[in-house]
Amino acid sequence: MKTLAELAAIREQMKDKVAIRTGSGEVRVVVGMATCGITAGARPVLNAFVEEVANQGLADTVKVTQTGCIGICQYEPVVEIYEDGKEKVTYVKMTADKAKEVVAKHLKGGAPVAEYLIGNI
Amino acid sequence: MTDLSLYILDITMNSVRAGAKNISVTLEEEKGLLTFKVTDNGCGMTADQVEKLSNPFFTTRTTRKVGLGIPFLRMLAEQTGGGVDIASRSEKEYADHGTTVTATFHSDHIDFVPLGDLVETIITLIQGSPDVDFLYRHISDKGVDVRMDTAEMRAILGDDIPLNSFEVLSFIRGFLEDQYAQK
Repeated sequence: MKTLAELAAIREQMKDKVAIRTGSGEVRVVVGMATCGITAGARPVLNAFVEEVANQGLADTVKVTQTGCIGICQYEPVVEIYEDGKEKVTYVKMTADKAKEVVAKHLKGGAPVAEYLIGNI
Repeated sequence: MTDLSLYILDITMNSVRAGAKNISVTLEEEKGLLTFKVTDNGCGMTADQVEKLSNPFFTTRTTRKVGLGIPFLRMLAEQTGGGVDIASRSEKEYADHGTTVTATFHSDHIDFVPLGDLVETIITLIQGSPDVDFLYRHISDKGVDVRMDTAEMRAILGDDIPLNSFEVLSFIRGFLEDQYAQK
């Protein structure tokens, strides 16, 4: 049974890491989490990104965030990726599996997964 | 939406978007009646806005012309023989502003949906709003007794470790799952 006391240990482990995390050149993964997104399955997509970014060791540079309705509800779940100096990339009709693939190929490998992009679906 | 946990995520997101700093989400199950209540100290709504709220063609957003969150919740509640009540005090009129949405469901009704993954919903809320204090409580007459207060966690973690760092989210997931496994 987990107790709150474990948080004190997590705090000790993380104290030094937090300082490194702030201020680095950042990639932002933005998941649409309005009614349209949630209904279409955005929750598992978001959590797949959160988990996979951590598993692939990208948590220091990639920030996963949520937003409201982007305005293209018929393409939900929609995920936008913002990277310094690059054009915004929009993935549509996402699933948790596609999210894992995007983390591996795009966020880690540097090449967007063309077949899930908004222009190609 | 296929399960109640998604409705809860959607409705609680309204509190987040209302700028609330404190949001309480409670689920109580007793004798086949499930009550879901979310209370926030966000900007609130005027009586006029509350009245329009169940009309799907009313929304304050600008990206689309329909707002389906509350109508969806109301439809689900009413088709099980329950209902939705919304009480709100707008910041324009009250110093102690905020909104309370209460939905009741007859959980033994054939048109009710499964509860779904409530832990995932809470994790998603904290991930998106690490600075909001969420109080979550789920009790049932079948032995569920789950309680989580992010303010308590924040007090232990301090201000420099965000609640949505992966390590903390993983802890909270386990913390909730353990409590659900106790029943």
